[in-house]
Formats: sequence, C-alpha cells, structure tokens
Amino acid sequence: MLQTTSLTKAFATGTTLHFPDWNVRAGEQWLLLGESGCGKTTLLHMLAGLLKPARGNVVVNATDLYALPPRELDRFRGQHIGIVFQQPHLIRSMTVEENLVLAQSFTGAGKDVSRIREVLGALDMGHKRRSYPHELSQGQAQRVGIARAIVHKPAVLLADEPTSSLDNRNADAVIRLLSELAASTGSTLVISTHDDRVKDAFFKDFMFELSHERISDQLEKS
Amino acid sequence: MNAFQISWKNLKSNPLTLALNLLLIAFGTGMLAMLLLGMDQIGGRLRENASGIDLVAGAKGSPLQLVLSSVYFIDFPTGNITEADARLLAANPMVKKAVPLALGDNYAGFRIVGADTGYASLHGLELASGRFWMRDFEIVIGAEVAREENLKTGDRIYGSHGLSSEEDLHADHPYIVTGILKKQKKVADHLVLTSLESIWAMHGAMEKHEITSMLLQYRTRMAMVALPAMINRSTAMQAASPARESARLFALLGVGVETVRWFAVALMLLSGVSVFVSLYNSLRERVYDLAIMRVMGASRGIVLAMILLEGALLTTFGSLAGILLGHGALQCIGYWQGSPQARLDGLAFMPEEGWLLLAGVLIGLVAALLPAVQAYRIDISQTMSKS
Repeated sequence: MLQTTSLTKAFATGTTLHFPDWNVRAGEQWLLLGESGCGKTTLLHMLAGLLKPARGNVVVNATDLYALPPRELDRFRGQHIGIVFQQPHLIRSMTVEENLVLAQSFTGAGKDVSRIREVLGALDMGHKRRSYPHELSQGQAQRVGIARAIVHKPAVLLADEPTSSLDNRNADAVIRLLSELAASTGSTLVISTHDDRVKDAFFKDFMFELSHERISDQLEKS
Repeated sequence: MNAFQISWKNLKSNPLTLALNLLLIAFGTGMLAMLLLGMDQIGGRLRENASGIDLVAGAKGSPLQLVLSSVYFIDFPTGNITEADARLLAANPMVKKAVPLALGDNYAGFRIVGADTGYASLHGLELASGRFWMRDFEIVIGAEVAREENLKTGDRIYGSHGLSSEEDLHADHPYIVTGILKKQKKVADHLVLTSLESIWAMHGAMEKHEITSMLLQYRTRMAMVALPAMINRSTAMQAASPARESARLFALLGVGVETVRWFAVALMLLSGVSVFVSLYNSLRERVYDLAIMRVMGASRGIVLAMILLEGALLTTFGSLAGILLGHGALQCIGYWQGSPQARLDGLAFMPEEGWLLLAGVLIGLVAALLPAVQAYRIDISQTMSKS
C-alpha cells in the first residue's frame, strides 16, 4: 500500500537527509516516531505527495506519486490520501458541514451529505454541523479536521502530530478515533508523533522510528 | 461546491471590506453610467425637439437664447419682431415652411404659445380629444398640462403675463380648452397652444401686430448658407441654427462633464486598488485555507482561478450595482427636475453600458492578478509545516 525507496531530502544548505526504506501493507496502522526536528513532518509530506524528494520514490496504492504530472498528483492526493495536521486549519468562512462538502468536491466524488453526517456522528460532532470554526474548541476543531481527512474514505490516512495542541482527554480521544475510523474505512493509518501519550495509548504493533542520532549527525555536518 | 461558492463565502465572511469595495466601484460606475445616459438623453431630446427646424429668426440678441426660448421654451425670448418683417421673410423663395410664434404668457407655469396650425404639422402633433382652435381664445393643451392641471375640453382657464409667475392675471378674457394633444414626450406636452390672434386680442394689440420669432425650414441646401447671412445682414432680425446652438451648449457643458467623467474614472481605478489591497492582505490569513484546499486535491490552477474570480465577482457586482444606481439617480433627477423639455429617464438602457460592466470585470481581474499568482505559488509543504 505504502512503500518508500531510498528517499532523500536535500536542504538549502547543501546537506541531504536520507530516510530508511519503509513498507506498509494495506490496513496496517503505524506510528512514526522520533524527536521533533528529526524529519517526521518532512517524511510525512513526502508520503502525502506534498513535497518532492530529491531522490527516491514513494509508491501509494501501486502509484509512483512523483512520477505523476502535478495536476494528476493533486487529484490523486485528493482521492486517495487524507491528512490530519497539527492544527486543523478549517476554512473560516465555512461551517463545519461546508468544510466537509468542500473536501468532497475536491476529490471529484461530489457531495454526499449522508456520509458527512455519518463521519460527524462517529466523531460526536453531529450537533456542530452548522457551527463556524471560530465557534469550536481546539479539540472539536481537531475532530472536524479528522472528519475532513477521512470523509472521502482515503486509502491512506496520514496524521502529523495530531495531538500536540490538545489536552490529555482530547489527545486520547483523537488517537482512538483516528484508529477506529481508519479501521472502519479500511484506510492505512500512519501517525507521526513524539508524544508519549500517543505511544502509550497506541496499542498497535507497528512502529517506525526515525533515529534521532543519525539524522542530527547528518544535520550537524552542514 | 464550486469555485464561485467558495469565493462568495469568503467575500461574505468579511462584510465591511466587501461593502467598502462594492461602494467604491458602484459609485464610480454609477457616475459614469449617469453621465453616459444623461448626456445621451439630453442630446437626444434636444435633437428631437429641434427636428424639422432648420433656423429660428427673431429679435437680435443672443442666438443661443433665441433657440432656447423658441425651440425648447427654456430661456426668455430675445424680444419681438413685427409681423410684417416675418411675413416678408416667410415669402422668401429659400423658405419652405415658416411657423410664427408669439410667447409671453403662461398658465400655471406652462407657456402659452401663439402659433398657426403649421406648428402642429411641424411637430406632428395629434389630438387625443377635441379639436384645434377655430376662434379667438380657444386653446389646445399638451398632455402634461391636462394631466397636471386636471383639465378637459370645455374648461376655462386664465393666463397670466410673463413666463412663470401667476400674479399678473389676464382676468378679463378666459381661454377655452377645445382640444388636448396626445402625449408625445416632446416640449409640446407642456405647452398651451392657441392662435396668434388670441395672443394679440388678449394684449389689446389689434393694430400693431408683433410676434416673438419664426421657425423656418429651408427649401434648398443652398439656403443653409445664404438665408442666415441674408437675415443677419439685411433685416432687423437675427437667425440662429438650433443644431449649431445645441452643439455650442454641449461644448459649454463639456468642460464640467469631462471633469466629472475623469473623477468617476479615478474613482473606478481607486476601487481597483482597494480590491487589490483587500485581496493581497487577506491572502496572508488565507494562505492556510488555500494550502488546505491544495492538500484536499485542488490544483494550482484552481487556486489561481479562485482568487481571480473573487476579484472579478467583487467588481462585477459593484459595477452592476453602480449601473442600477446610475439609472436610479437619473430617474430621481427626471422626477424632480424643473425643466420638462429634456426630462431624464432612468428606465432607458444603452448598449454602451455593457462596456462599463466589462471595464468593471477587467478592473477586478487586474486587481486580483498579483494575489492570484501568489496563491498559485504557495508551497503546501512549507506552509503546513510552519504552523
């Protein structure tokens, strides 16, 4: 489902960062671990088709992402990949429901209100359907962010530090919901985190740890 | 959800900026629309009312004043000419048609015009009811006179001396309404027509007949040059051409109109700058919105188009509002304006207004260009990792 081979990121300073190869099978749920600044976000963005690597390739669902022309890549990302960011960055001029309709329309699948109700219901956010983002709490907004990432049933669901701005109770709920929703739609899940709460709460077996020493060694050479 | 809805929702989320931009554009476009329509209508009305009248002969003085008073019934007459002089001129072989006019009285502000039936054929006047005058003191009134004063055939009215006041009443002789003209949206709607004899009888001038002016039609092309020269040189009268005098009037008005026009153009350009600044500033906050849309599958092109659309939407709505505003203003001016001779009509539309709308759309597109290119260039990965 998700494969990386000899991924390399080049920095403006001239140094390069090499990532170990990674193979994730369909439906698996992984934690991507490592201290902050060790390249987790970079790797996740590469997996999501947001950041072109200097070398190497990313294969998602049997498609080599960076071999696609830019417009095709945008479309592929919209259809097959869902991403949860540290901050949900909901569109402020739209209600919760409209934010999800927007996500659906960019995937090209068209509006499906019953799916939106279903996802919001699963996240216990059904009553906030008509609220605007500024009317939501941090935890609620993050749940809408998750709903937006999963509403089109992506093949791959990526989450970048989804709990870092949340309190214990919300962090716990978010991890549980991500895991449950991914399982219910059959999505492959990768959560990047340096949050111990996540590591403890996450009972799945797969962990992919970016070596702290190795990457900082590489960076220090610059 | 399409790009139009997304842009519209974003515009709506900032109502003050939206209102400011709409107002700016609407005022600029509105002024231009008003000028365009107003000048066209005034010119059109002046031409319509002077149609068939090649030359006006009257007492010496300002030719513009002579035309204004005898053709459009706006200004005061330049003085009187003798009937004998007028008859002599009318008999000139270069003259095809001559209509004498005698002004000087009014009824409730409507001018009483002594003429012969040639005036009716010159303007193609038709009766809505009654008949034309046959005896002294019989009058035919314009449609607006009948409507505003609530007159019907058989009614008696008293004229008063002068062109506007109702003080110096001719109380000894009433006029009798024998006919009412069909409405034709020309000066005749606001006139009280009668025979020259009635005017003379009313003023007790049965011996010394004087008239105010004479409307002339040329028989030949050559008369265009020869007749005015002859009148001005060898008679006590002057000749004035309505076409030339209205052109002169327009040239006089032109300076003011031009000033207002440039002001309106400046206002429209200013609104373009305002749209640019609003879009440019909002981009700083919206960069996440746009990056998120890219993450969700929107291509660079869609993001670019969305910002362009937003600029174009703003100015299109603004221009539309402006054009409506211009029409509304014109209608209001037409409603309250004092001179019915060139009544302005806010319900008339011109194809040239399409250009105004197009100019509005273009201003929006140009103003949105730079912000749109910036949106196009957003690096998703960089934007999303600096939160």
